[in-house]
Amino acid sequence: MPRDRSPRLTSATALRLAAIGSCAGLFSGLFGVGGGTVIVPLLVLWLGYGPREASGTSLAAIVFIAGFAAAIQGVYGNVNVLDAILIGIPAVGGVLIGIRLQQRLPTRAISLLFAGVLIASAIELLAQ
Amino acid sequence: MIAMVAIGLCAGVVAGVLGVGGGVLFVPGLAIVVGLSQHQAEATSLLAIVPVAAAGTLRQDAHGNVRREHALLIGLLSIVGVAVGVALANTLSGTVLRVGFALLMMFIAIQLVRNASSAGRETGPRHDGASRGN
Repeated sequence: MPRDRSPRLTSATALRLAAIGSCAGLFSGLFGVGGGTVIVPLLVLWLGYGPREASGTSLAAIVFIAGFAAAIQGVYGNVNVLDAILIGIPAVGGVLIGIRLQQRLPTRAISLLFAGVLIASAIELLAQ
Repeated sequence: MIAMVAIGLCAGVVAGVLGVGGGVLFVPGLAIVVGLSQHQAEATSLLAIVPVAAAGTLRQDAHGNVRREHALLIGLLSIVGVAVGVALANTLSGTVLRVGFALLMMFIAIQLVRNASSAGRETGPRHDGASRGN
């Protein structure tokens, strides 16, 4: 599917994007995640995105969302900048590997893998 | 320090495959392995997410997977939700945040499994991958 063949932005679509942004922003600020866990499924369910387009568009929105949220958390004095660098920089290498894998994986496996990661994270946190 | 690098690398791979910023693994990683409080883990995760998501965006854009106008609107329109979310997080206890985080993850996981079982059989993965010319 070529990149720039998306239809004109209708008000219904804009409203859905605003709702996705608001929900993702709330979850991002509340839970310290980018909001992709909200954005990806909503783009698929509400706007008919394929999984790869949803992933790519979600990542781009997250740059803004996480940036806003980190700045506001910084005002509260909760951000540990050194730890963020120690985790964030290796993660950049990881994300490049992950994207190469994504282009070769079946979409169903990606969704199931995501679900597995989420459940594992949840169990870890509840066991703490 | 090695543990942190490992967390970063793993979270990055997940972020790249799944289109998330990595916070799904940063938060539990920072809280459990590094020993930050839930509030610090969340805030630090947010900063770590920014370069990851930026790098991921550049690569995904090269594959034609980013709808820029939609991404920009979602990002800019998130600001009110973000401000409310951060303020709320800072009024709640770490335990409440942790349990809420876990429940959120489980809810979304269930939705994804449901979607995968209905939509997954439509696309032939080999065809789809090849048509993108990666």
